Amino acid sequence: MSVAVREAPIVKPDAPAAVNDFAINVATANGSGSQTSNGVLLRALFKMGIPINGKNLFPSNIQGLPTWYIIRLSKDGFLARREMTDVQVCMNGRTVAEDMERVAPGGIVLYDDSLPVANRRKDVTYYPMPVKDLVKDAKVPRALRDYVANMVYVGVLAELLGIEPAEIEAALLHHFEGKEKAAGLNMEMVQHAIDWASQNVVQHEGYRIERMTGFNEGKILVDGNTAGALGALAGGLSLASWYPITPSSSMAEAVEKYAPALRTDPDTGKATVAVIQAEDELAAIGMVVGAGWTGARAMTCTSGPGISLMSEFAGLAYFAEVPAVIWDIQRMGPSTGLPTRTSQGDILAAYYCGHGDTKHVVLFPADPAECFEFGRTAFDLAEALQTLVFVLSDLDLGMNSHISEPFEYTDAPFKRGKVLSAEDLEERQGSWGRYMDVDGDGVAYRTLPGTRHNMAAYFTRGTGHNEYGYYSERPEDWEQNLERLKRKFETARQLAPRPVLDEVEGAQIGIISLGSNHDGVEEARARLEATMVSTNYLRLRALPIDDSVRTFIDQNTTVFVVEANSDGQLHTVLTTEEPAQALKLVSLAKCDGLPLSARYIVEEIQLAMEEELI
Amino acid sequence: MSTRTRTEGAAKRAARPAKTNRIGLEKTSYRGRPSTLCKGCGHDSISQRIVNAAWEMGLDQTQVVKLSGIGCSSKTPAYYLGWSHGFNSLHGRMPSVATGAIVANSSLEVIGVSGDGDTASIGIGQFKHAVRRNLPLIYIVENNGVYGLTKGQFSATADEGQFLKYQGVNDLPPLDICMEALTANATFIARSFAGDMKQLEALLKAAINHRGIAVLDIVSPCVTFNNHDTSTKSYGFGRANEIRLHDLNFVPEFEEIEIEDYEDEVEVELHDGGSIVLKKIDPDHDPKDRTAAYNVIQQSLDEKKLITGLLYINEEEPTLTELLNLTDTPLTHLPDEKLRPSREALEGVMATLA
Ligand SMILES: Cc1ncc(C[n+]2csc(CCOP(=O)(O)OP(=O)(O)O)c2C)c(N)n1
Ligand code: SF4
Ligand SMILES: [Mg+2]
Repeated sequence: MSVAVREAPIVKPDAPAAVNDFAINVATANGSGSQTSNGVLLRALFKMGIPINGKNLFPSNIQGLPTWYIIRLSKDGFLARREMTDVQVCMNGRTVAEDMERVAPGGIVLYDDSLPVANRRKDVTYYPMPVKDLVKDAKVPRALRDYVANMVYVGVLAELLGIEPAEIEAALLHHFEGKEKAAGLNMEMVQHAIDWASQNVVQHEGYRIERMTGFNEGKILVDGNTAGALGALAGGLSLASWYPITPSSSMAEAVEKYAPALRTDPDTGKATVAVIQAEDELAAIGMVVGAGWTGARAMTCTSGPGISLMSEFAGLAYFAEVPAVIWDIQRMGPSTGLPTRTSQGDILAAYYCGHGDTKHVVLFPADPAECFEFGRTAFDLAEALQTLVFVLSDLDLGMNSHISEPFEYTDAPFKRGKVLSAEDLEERQGSWGRYMDVDGDGVAYRTLPGTRHNMAAYFTRGTGHNEYGYYSERPEDWEQNLERLKRKFETARQLAPRPVLDEVEGAQIGIISLGSNHDGVEEARARLEATMVSTNYLRLRALPIDDSVRTFIDQNTTVFVVEANSDGQLHTVLTTEEPAQALKLVSLAKCDGLPLSARYIVEEIQLAMEEELI
Repeated sequence: MSTRTRTEGAAKRAARPAKTNRIGLEKTSYRGRPSTLCKGCGHDSISQRIVNAAWEMGLDQTQVVKLSGIGCSSKTPAYYLGWSHGFNSLHGRMPSVATGAIVANSSLEVIGVSGDGDTASIGIGQFKHAVRRNLPLIYIVENNGVYGLTKGQFSATADEGQFLKYQGVNDLPPLDICMEALTANATFIARSFAGDMKQLEALLKAAINHRGIAVLDIVSPCVTFNNHDTSTKSYGFGRANEIRLHDLNFVPEFEEIEIEDYEDEVEVELHDGGSIVLKKIDPDHDPKDRTAAYNVIQQSLDEKKLITGLLYINEEEPTLTELLNLTDTPLTHLPDEKLRPSREALEGVMATLA
C-alpha cells in the first residue's frame, strides 16, 4: 500500500486533543495472529460507544506478506477510510519505511523495538515497545508466546490512548466464545503491556479515546457477508452451493455456521437448508438453477472469476426463466487481479452476463443491514420475475466489520411469484402456456416438477421455444419471446429496490453512487458542504434504473458518478440508458484496491469546479 | 410373424380394451413428442425402452423429472414421458442441474440423459462428481462414440484408430464410461446395447429402484456419423460382439418373486423392494465385487468385446440427500414458517453480534 501524503493533519500543534476522531493503522505480517488483536481492539472501541470502522488490507498470501488493519474512529460517525494515519503501529520490519510516510504530522508511531526504524521524522512522536521482553516476562506458556505477542500493542495502545481494559477483556471473551482460559492468557499479556506502558510511556496529548453515548447503543458489529448469509437464511434459502474464492467464501461459511441455529426443523431436528461445496462455479450455479427450477430458493456466492464461469448458466436462467440468485463479492480484476483487494469492477459483467441478448436484475447493498434485507429481497425478486438476480457486494462491505442496526425480523410471507398448483390447473381445464403473457407484465406462469396433475409438465430448454415451451425456430416465435422478456424487464424496473435520495435545498451538483462507497460519499458531502458546496445524492440500489434516476439527472446541472473501478462502469450504463443526459454525467472512477476515501471524492469534485466543468 | 390380415387385426384391437398398467394407464400416455432424430438412431430405441419400463412399472410421471445436457441424445427427454417435467440444460452440465433438483425435492424420481460427448468430453468433471456424491439419479449415457449433433467429430469415447469421414483417424485411447464411474465409486454400473430390448428394460427398472446413482452406459449407434462395422459403437459390432454377463430379469416389489427355472441365478435386492435376478452366463461375475467389476471392464477393453449387464452394484452407501440430513418432507414442500428461523433464533444470533 502506498498512499501519497496529502491529507491535512487532524492534530495541529497546540490544538486540543483529537478525542475519538482519528485513524489507527496496525502494520503486521500476514499469519502472525494480528486478526485476533485487531478484532479485539475494534470491539472494545465499539463497546465504548465510539463510532468505528475496521478495514483489513491483507495480501493474497497465507503467511509472511504485509497486512494492515485500519481503524477509523469518528465521533461524528464518518467511517470511510482515511488516507492518512494518526496512530501507526509498526510490527512488520518490511513496511516500516512506507508506514512512516503515511503518518500525519503530529502523529504517533508505536514500534516493536527490535525493528530498525531509520530516518525518523521530526513531526512524529515515536514509542518503542520492548515486545520480546514483555512477552518473555508475561505469565504465558512458552509455546503460546508467538500467539500473544500482538497483544502487546493492544495493551500499549490502551494505556496510551485510554481504551478501557475491562472492554478489552470482554472483547477477548467474546472472541474466544466464552473460553476463559484462552481469553485469560491473552488478557495476561495485555495487562502486562498496560503495566509496562503506565511506568514507561509518557501519555501523548494529541489523541484520546473516551467512552461516549448516542451512536452505538443497540447496534451490532458485523460484516456484510455474515449479514447476507443471515438474510438468505431468514429469507427462505433452501440450497446454497459454492466454490471457495476470496472474498466470498466467508459468506458460504456463514451460511454453514448459522444454519444449525436458524434452520433446524424443531419438529424433526433435521435441516431445512442444504449447503453444498461444488466442484467448481459451473456446478455451483448449475445446482442453483436446478433447485430454482424445482421451486426452491437457491443461491451461490462467488467473485469475478466465478462470474465468468457462471455466464453460460446465467444466459440459460435468463432465457429459460429460472429463478436463481448469485452473490458477487467483488474483488480486483481482470483475471485473478488482486484477490484480496476491494473493487466494483463487475457491474457490467453482471448486468449483461451471458451470451445473446441478456440483461439481469442487479442489486447493490451499501451496508450490512441492506445485505441482510437483500438476502431475502433477491429471492422475492427472482421468483416474482422468474429470473436470475445478482447481488453485488464487495470485499470492503463483505469482509470488514461495520456498525449496523440489528437486523429486523419479519414473518411476512415470501413472494413466490406465479406458480400454478394442481388445483389451479384443474380450474383452468384447457391448456396453459409456460411462456404465455397472460397478465401483460411479461411474467408467465410456471408449474413446479412434482405437481400432481397431468397438465402440469412442460419442457424447459435454452433453445428457441414458443408460448407453450415447444421447440420452435419460427422467427415470429423468437421475436415474440424476446419482446416479452423486454416487457418483463420493464416490470423488473418497477419491482427492484428504488434508489435512496438525499436532496439539499438549492443544490445543483448531484452525486450518483452505489454500494459500499456510501460512507465515503456521505463524508465527502459533509466536507463539501463545509466549503459551501451543497450536493444532492442518489444512491442506486439496483439495475435496471427507474424513472427517478432520470428525474435526478434532470434536476442537477452536473452529476458525478462515483464508483470503485477503472472504466466507470456505472457511468457507462447510465450514459447508455439516459443518452439525452449523457453530457451531464461525469465519471469519478477510482480503482486502487482500497475502499474509496472521502478525500478522493472531494478533491475530484473541487478540481472539476476549478476547471469549470461545472 | 402374424399371418392375420390388417383388417382382422384392427377389428380385434378395437374389440379388446387397451392394455393398461397398474395405475390404469395405457402405454401411449407414457410417450412424448414425436422424435426429430435420424431414422434408426440408437437413441430412439432407448427412448422406447424408457417408455416401456416406466409403463410396466406403473411410474407416476408427475413425480418423474427428465434432465439432459446438450446433444442428439440430450434432445430425447422431449420424446418420452410427456407428463413429466423436463429440462434440456447445458452441454455437460446436466449433473449439477440434477443435484439442485434432487436436493430441492428429494421425492422426485430423476432420470438424466446424456451423450458420450456430453459426459466423457465436456462433462467428465460433473459426471464424476455426481457419481462421487452418490446422487440419487439415473444417469443414462447414450454412447455413440461421436458428436452427433455437431455432425460427426470424435468424442472422448471414440475408439483408438477409429476413422471418421471428416476427422480422419483418432489417435487417442477412449475413456470408458463404466471405468470412470467405477473409479469415482459409483454404486450401480451397467452397460447395455440400444438394440437389446429385454436387457435394457430390466436394467432401467433396476436403476429406477436403486437408491444412489445408477450409471447406464448404453452403446447407441449413430447411423449417420458412426455406424461402420469397425466401430465398437455400431449396430454391426454390437450384434456380433455383445457378450451378456447375465440374463436379467427385474422383479418389482409388487410382484411376487418367482423365477422360472433358471440355473445359477442370483437375486440382488434393490432399495425400493424390487430385485434384479441375474442368470449367470459367466458364472464368475459377482456384481457386488468391485475388483470383479474392474476386471470385466478391463477385459471388455482388452478383447474389444461389448460385455453387457449389471457390472457393479452396492446398495449400502449413503446418498447425497441422506448425508445432508434434510427433512423427510422435500424442501420445496416446506411451508414458509419452516423456511425461516423463529424470531427468538434470529435474536439469539443478533445478541452474539451486539
Ligand atoms: C458449451 C457448448 N459447446 C459446444 C456446444 C456444441 N455441441 C452441441 S452438441 C455437442 C456434442 C454432443 O455430443 P454427444 O454428447 O455425444 O451427443 P450426441 O449428439 O452424439 O448424442 C456439441 C459439442 C454446445 N452446445 N455448448
Ligand atoms: S446424427 Fe447420429 S446421434 Fe444424431 S440423431 Fe442422427 S443418428 Fe442419432
Ligand atoms: Mg455422442
